[in-house]
Amino acid sequence: MEFLTDIVLLTDSTLRIAAPLILAALAGLCAERAGIVDIGLEGKMLGAAFAAASAAAITASAWAGLAAGILFSVALALLHGYVSINQRGNQIVSGMAINIMVAGLAPLLAIAWFSRGGQTPFLDSSMRFTEITLPFADVLQDVPFLGAIYSDLISGHNLLTYVAFAAVPVVAWVLYKTRFGLRLRAVGENPEAVDTAGISVTLLRYQAMIIAGILCGISGSALSTALGAGFIRDMSAGKGFLALAAMIFGKWKPVPTLLACLLFAFVDALQGRLQGVSLPLIGEIPVQFTIMLPYVLTVIILAGFVGKMEAPKASGIPYEKDR
Amino acid sequence: MSASAKKLPGAVEAIAMPFLNTLIAFLLSGLLIWALGEDPFYALSLLFDGAFGYQEGIGYTFYYATNFIFTGLAVSVAYHAGHFNIGGEGQAMLGGLGLTLAVFWLGDTAPVLSVIIAILGAALFGGAWAFIPAWLQATRGSHIVITTIMFNFIASALLAYLLVGPLQRPGGQMPESSDFPEGAGLMKFDELMSVLGFSFEQSPLNVSFLIALLMALAVWFLLTRTRFGYEMRVAGKNQNAAAFAGVSVPRVTIIALMMSGALAGMMGLNELLGEQLRLIGNFTLGYGFVGIAVAFMGRNHPLGIVLAAILFGVLYQGGAEIAFEITTISSDMIVVVQGLVIIFAGAMPHLMRKPVTAAYARLIGKGAA
Amino acid sequence: MTTAPAIETKDLCKRFGAVQANDNISLFVEQGTVHGIVGENGAGKSTLLKMLFGFYQPNSGDLIVNGQKLDLDSPSDAMAAGIAMVHQHFMLVEPFTVLENIILGAEGQGMLDHAKTDARAKLLGLEQQFGFDLPLDTPVSQLSVGERQRVEILKALFRGADILILDEPTAVLTPQECDQLFELVRLLKSRGKTILFVTHKLHEIMAITDAVTVIRAGKVITRVATSDTSPENLAEAMVGAKISRAVERAGQEHGAPRLRVDGVSAQSDLGHTALKNISFELFDGEVLGVAGVAGNGQTELLDVLTGLRPVSDGTVTLGQELVNSNEAMTDPIELRRAGLAHIAEDRLKTGVVADMSATENSILGYQREPDFSENGLLKLSAINDAAHSYFESQDVRPRDPSLAVASFSGGNQQKLVIARELARDPQTLIIGQPTRGVDIGAVTKIHDQITELRNTGKAVLVVSADLDELMAISDRIIVMCEGEITGTVDIQDADERTIGLMMAGAHAEATTEGAGL
Repeated sequence: MEFLTDIVLLTDSTLRIAAPLILAALAGLCAERAGIVDIGLEGKMLGAAFAAASAAAITASAWAGLAAGILFSVALALLHGYVSINQRGNQIVSGMAINIMVAGLAPLLAIAWFSRGGQTPFLDSSMRFTEITLPFADVLQDVPFLGAIYSDLISGHNLLTYVAFAAVPVVAWVLYKTRFGLRLRAVGENPEAVDTAGISVTLLRYQAMIIAGILCGISGSALSTALGAGFIRDMSAGKGFLALAAMIFGKWKPVPTLLACLLFAFVDALQGRLQGVSLPLIGEIPVQFTIMLPYVLTVIILAGFVGKMEAPKASGIPYEKDR
Repeated sequence: MSASAKKLPGAVEAIAMPFLNTLIAFLLSGLLIWALGEDPFYALSLLFDGAFGYQEGIGYTFYYATNFIFTGLAVSVAYHAGHFNIGGEGQAMLGGLGLTLAVFWLGDTAPVLSVIIAILGAALFGGAWAFIPAWLQATRGSHIVITTIMFNFIASALLAYLLVGPLQRPGGQMPESSDFPEGAGLMKFDELMSVLGFSFEQSPLNVSFLIALLMALAVWFLLTRTRFGYEMRVAGKNQNAAAFAGVSVPRVTIIALMMSGALAGMMGLNELLGEQLRLIGNFTLGYGFVGIAVAFMGRNHPLGIVLAAILFGVLYQGGAEIAFEITTISSDMIVVVQGLVIIFAGAMPHLMRKPVTAAYARLIGKGAA
Repeated sequence: MTTAPAIETKDLCKRFGAVQANDNISLFVEQGTVHGIVGENGAGKSTLLKMLFGFYQPNSGDLIVNGQKLDLDSPSDAMAAGIAMVHQHFMLVEPFTVLENIILGAEGQGMLDHAKTDARAKLLGLEQQFGFDLPLDTPVSQLSVGERQRVEILKALFRGADILILDEPTAVLTPQECDQLFELVRLLKSRGKTILFVTHKLHEIMAITDAVTVIRAGKVITRVATSDTSPENLAEAMVGAKISRAVERAGQEHGAPRLRVDGVSAQSDLGHTALKNISFELFDGEVLGVAGVAGNGQTELLDVLTGLRPVSDGTVTLGQELVNSNEAMTDPIELRRAGLAHIAEDRLKTGVVADMSATENSILGYQREPDFSENGLLKLSAINDAAHSYFESQDVRPRDPSLAVASFSGGNQQKLVIARELARDPQTLIIGQPTRGVDIGAVTKIHDQITELRNTGKAVLVVSADLDELMAISDRIIVMCEGEITGTVDIQDADERTIGLMMAGAHAEATTEGAGL
């Protein structure tokens, strides 16, 4: 029975941890499908986390926080868009620059505004996205198995977690079932074909960046106003890069990307659970090694030992109208 | 407009354009200080006072610059080979581990020899830490930006483990090793000066600075005078042409990235062997990332990198002064400046091309008239 | 009702920086005709076309479509005016299906499923009307070149185009596919469409057009009814002056075999079989041409001969040395030392490093030779001297080797490459696309140099997509199709028709029979 509880708890925290990863990975997916490599997911997440926590602390509203997080993230996405689209700059360098800039800007502003050593004030539950109990969760609690799954796993997450999981089919629908999605995918493969078909490559790519900005904004807001209760220095801790790896592992497709995110989240949840636990045969694994797990997994996945990855053909290449 | 006026002379191209880009980054930083309600000019005067106002300050400025020369050279060697090594942090950490092991191994019996071995150890461990991402990039095309970032996290955790475990100072509580044995360290600049008959205030500045300058010279030589440097640059710019020229791209990639890792690893010389005289957790403090800004600002040229590194030394030392005097401006400001420098000097090198070209054409036009 | 011309331009001008690409172009194209536009590479045809379909905007001049003066600000404006372009390089998204490619940009509605259903119905009608038979749900990546071109044409018709611009439509087709295209063009014309047919091949103009406009150096030279002109007159108008050949081909017997290819198979970058059991010999004192539609294994053949791609089966022998087998491959540096030089088919992709100076490029591939480096160190002054002597010997301009290669014209880049590769007097030359992207003046000089090499007893292999070029310089031609050699022809027996059939995959025995009939 204890084993079952363990599984439920593990799954529960997997879903929770997965949410910001999924949103960020979808952001990267939208950008790369449109031909822009976005290595700045990390910076956008961190920036949004800070903006959301600050706004929530000042206005005492989680929703204002979310709005601020999204706005800031979109602004960063547009900056990256400007460098990549108008300036035809190096997209990797630009993304990394945004990561570094935000890593400094967020604590700088936090200290200037709140004087708390680079953190934002603690957000109590009224200023956060808290757990939502879905209808009938209490009633169904006692139904064997399915009831437990419903009330313990499906119910009881914060709103942004539901948003993250809902975003997967929405993004998939937009990409594959709408005119906009068709054009978005086309511009990542052959922008010239899109241009000569009379569609603006620039506009499409900016639209993609705005979507990426919104998704990253929600992702970052989730970090500081749903999973956490305020902004802490470097709180994204490489999640933006994990999301990027998940997107690559998911072959730039929404559903496989979701699964990859769940894998990462599971490993992360598992490492949390493993801390201080003595395993048979191995004994207790030092906490520093369990912390490494998601990062090691990322390297293994990128090493391509799990299949060949092919990126959208035009991703990372600036579009020039002539030749 | 004639065709010749469209092209900028080399000097304008190589100096004026990156200078303008950097200037914009600094102007924006000043604007940010102003937006936070502080006086940017006051901050600027503090910056210069802190960095150059007194001998100790100057010492600190060049002490920081030493770190950035190493990490900047590291980024640029990889960049010349066509790769973006952002794993300087992790490589520096491992370099620090390598030199620490060397010092503990030989320090008691032969302190001077141990320092020499430590220098090699730093380079060796730093290079080795770059090997796996390099090998994965060269043979499997794994995105080196992501893998090196991951290796930063892994290195950090590894060092944390060692410093609360096997390497921790016996009986200590902090994540740090025992002190290095007596004599196993690099000479301080003030000591060197007094040997030469001058006096200089005590500061952390040590002979690593000279080692860093030597490495800059070595990188310059590598890039411009050696066949490997030539082949590396060819591979960095055009992999097909490299294959055409009989250059093994995977081999060159791995060697270049390991050189890059070795340079980053040598940062530990300055921090640990020059100043701390023990291994401490996370001693790299983001200096590996500063290397990116330094490399771009210095246009990936060793001389430019030395100059950019000194400028960032000024920012770090003077920035500490600002953070001390103006409490609203924390030292995180420097990280913002880095980001801005990378985005303007690194990602948008052509931002100012149009206005500069126009201005230059007007200048020439006037000269001719 | 008097019909206005489908397209009329008045004094259309377009400048790029200092270059006047189009200079007062005045053109008129009558309704329901096929109108040819001819000119050399770089004459300004592409610029004109791009203005006609709204991709570029003219600096001055008028564009009148169906009697209405229009400003086309974008391709969608042109489409609205009924003008569509079939590009030389197809504007298709490879992973997309035919249907998706066709509706891209003309979906009509936001929901893709509905858009596809509507489009499918309309397309079936069009396919019937114009005799298409394209698999609408197959990804374009799986289609042949000819089929892709038909997708482009169907795309134009789907958008309701009345005026179709075909830019060098035959460049990538076999002669047989060309015939199919011509049939389609005639059918389109009979259904009232107006077609602008752009090419530099004169026999095509004679075969298909009603009238023709000749462009040279950005200007209209002449406009005539096709029935009133001849290929000779057009050629003269195109080129300006008759170009004479400076070097005579010595009528000589070829020498000993130099390079032997025996049963070679090899894979493409994507892992497909690109070469299937290829065998031939290259002799001293001959130019061996390799013909074929681009993408039929020529690139892989060049790679296999020059140490850039291992063979999966068979052997390549240079003189007495085995240089490529499935056990070992001699690397390009050793091959150069053995007297084999390689002029790469895609200059900017392989043959030079565009961002590096001409000086640095002048040792590319020879950087390990003792006169350029020793003990791992470069000999800078020797390298400088070499660069200067290359600039002198081939008359590379501007005469400044410190400039980046990218800042030279295609012709001057090619001169630098030729100088570099000829500097060590190689016995064997492997040349890919010798005159691609090279201006007309330089073409003749390059052809003369190749002939001279042959006359002095060198073994020269030339791969070219331009059959006319091969007919002009080769002693023998081998033809490739889908990775196989479909025939070998001596130049005195060669005719374009037979070679065309071979390019389409018919084997030599069958075609000689066919030719005999």
